[in-house]
Amino acid sequence: MGEKLLVTSSPHLKGPKTVRGLMLDVILSLVPASIAAVVIFGPRSLTVILASVVSAVASEAIFEKAVKRDVTVNDLSAVITGLLLALTLPPGVRLYVPVVGSAFAVIVAKQIFGGLGTNFVNPALAGRAFVMAAWPLQLSSKWVAPFTFDAVSGSTPLAVLRSGQTAIPSISDILIGNRLGSLGETCVLALLLGASYLIARGVIDWRLPAGYIGAVFAGAWVFGKSGAYFQGDGLTAVLLGGVILGAFFMATDYVTSPVTGKGRLYMGIGAGIVTILIRLWGTYPEGVTYGILFMNLVTPLIDRFMVPRYYGYVHDVSLRRKARAAGRRA
Amino acid sequence: MNGKRSLLHDFTKGFIEENATFRMVIGMCPTLAVTTTVVNGFWMGIAVIFVLTFSNVLVSALRKVTPDQIRIPVFVILIATPVVIVELVMKAFMPDMYSILGVFVPLIVVNCIIIARSEAFAYRYPVMNSLMDGLGIGLGYTINLIVIGGIREFLGTGRIVLFSLGSFPARLLFDPMAVMLTPPGGFVTLGLLMAILNLVIKRSESKKAAREAAAHD
Repeated sequence: MGEKLLVTSSPHLKGPKTVRGLMLDVILSLVPASIAAVVIFGPRSLTVILASVVSAVASEAIFEKAVKRDVTVNDLSAVITGLLLALTLPPGVRLYVPVVGSAFAVIVAKQIFGGLGTNFVNPALAGRAFVMAAWPLQLSSKWVAPFTFDAVSGSTPLAVLRSGQTAIPSISDILIGNRLGSLGETCVLALLLGASYLIARGVIDWRLPAGYIGAVFAGAWVFGKSGAYFQGDGLTAVLLGGVILGAFFMATDYVTSPVTGKGRLYMGIGAGIVTILIRLWGTYPEGVTYGILFMNLVTPLIDRFMVPRYYGYVHDVSLRRKARAAGRRA
Repeated sequence: MNGKRSLLHDFTKGFIEENATFRMVIGMCPTLAVTTTVVNGFWMGIAVIFVLTFSNVLVSALRKVTPDQIRIPVFVILIATPVVIVELVMKAFMPDMYSILGVFVPLIVVNCIIIARSEAFAYRYPVMNSLMDGLGIGLGYTINLIVIGGIREFLGTGRIVLFSLGSFPARLLFDPMAVMLTPPGGFVTLGLLMAILNLVIKRSESKKAAREAAAHD
């Protein structure tokens, strides 16, 4: 491409950031959570993660070959899709779940719609939603006991919370990830470590996760306890389940989140509201997947209402009319 | 449009060229609703073949005496006749299948495949052509329903049940994917098949164009 004259529309600023570099940052930020998953849930987690990543990358390469597109495996976005999908799965799932989930995520949710940059929902979450609908039993009962690696078919703390009991783990157990849950969602400390790296590097905007976590916290605090308002446990609601993972690593996907800061804040709040609605009044114990997917679909609408005003332009129609009338009189 | 149309082409164009589901994208409602199994798709397809052929012949035979302004109401009455026949026959001889296909049998009256073929074809062409058109489009539609039903049934239940022949394969090879039997599974199957067919057609057309360009040189 170097010798060709490229005619493109402005802006012509060229920054040091590349797709591959950004993706590499995201992968790095997920390393602590992945290591935590292997430490907490045993070597089997590594198999799940590898199966998912390999399937995602292979699906991308094979599909792009089949339809004669440029093979874009090198931009590493498929690796992230596979990794994120694996982190949302229970540690004990049969291996066909990550394999089929990643293939669906990459082929149906991403490549069919034109590949990276033109997908309308987060591929990893679409893959998760698909396997969740395909094999609900695999996604709701294949838990593994932390540190002992025994298969458990019990309920996750979130499901326990939902059934009205109060036997939830202590805050320190939650922070280090000593509880039942999906691979990458239990160790909150590792997730926060990765998230702060992303924010420090400027890869993600803090407003989206802030809006998300704030909305979940507020929703759980106000409505979390049945029969009484403003007495729910907001902190537990945020720390249990996939809110942290979803808010920092999934909702912030560039392609499927709004482009303005204000828009991102609204998207976060919206996703939080849907999550809380599903958790408290829906049929599933967890609503992060659907909360984010829902707001992915609303993103174009948010962007349309949040078009920034350019300098010197009076946005308010009535003001503009008044200004015009004043000009005419003068 | 001038000269005699080929009866054979009027029959075969329903398979790919003017495939109801994948090319014209009409008649989608029953396509998604009844294709959870091969057998359901098959019987729905048979019902549509019968109604479409019957109504095409009637519309075509009466096309010269049908006033243009009221042709749609006339079509609907003409279509309703075979639909009632199908409905009563199914109720009498296949009550189980009727209870599965349910409301989609009487709804064939307003199925856009039938109306579209009346309006676009039977109203303009002779009876024999319309007969072949009805059979071809109907058969193409039936094949679509069977293919979609087959994919959904195989992935959704792990096996395919063919009438009294039993189920294939006899043993489950994998965990059935519940989602394939639900409406989302139907949409995904339909969309993927449509994409594949479009890709194949596009490829073969560009190949053909390249061959013709080479021949002209």
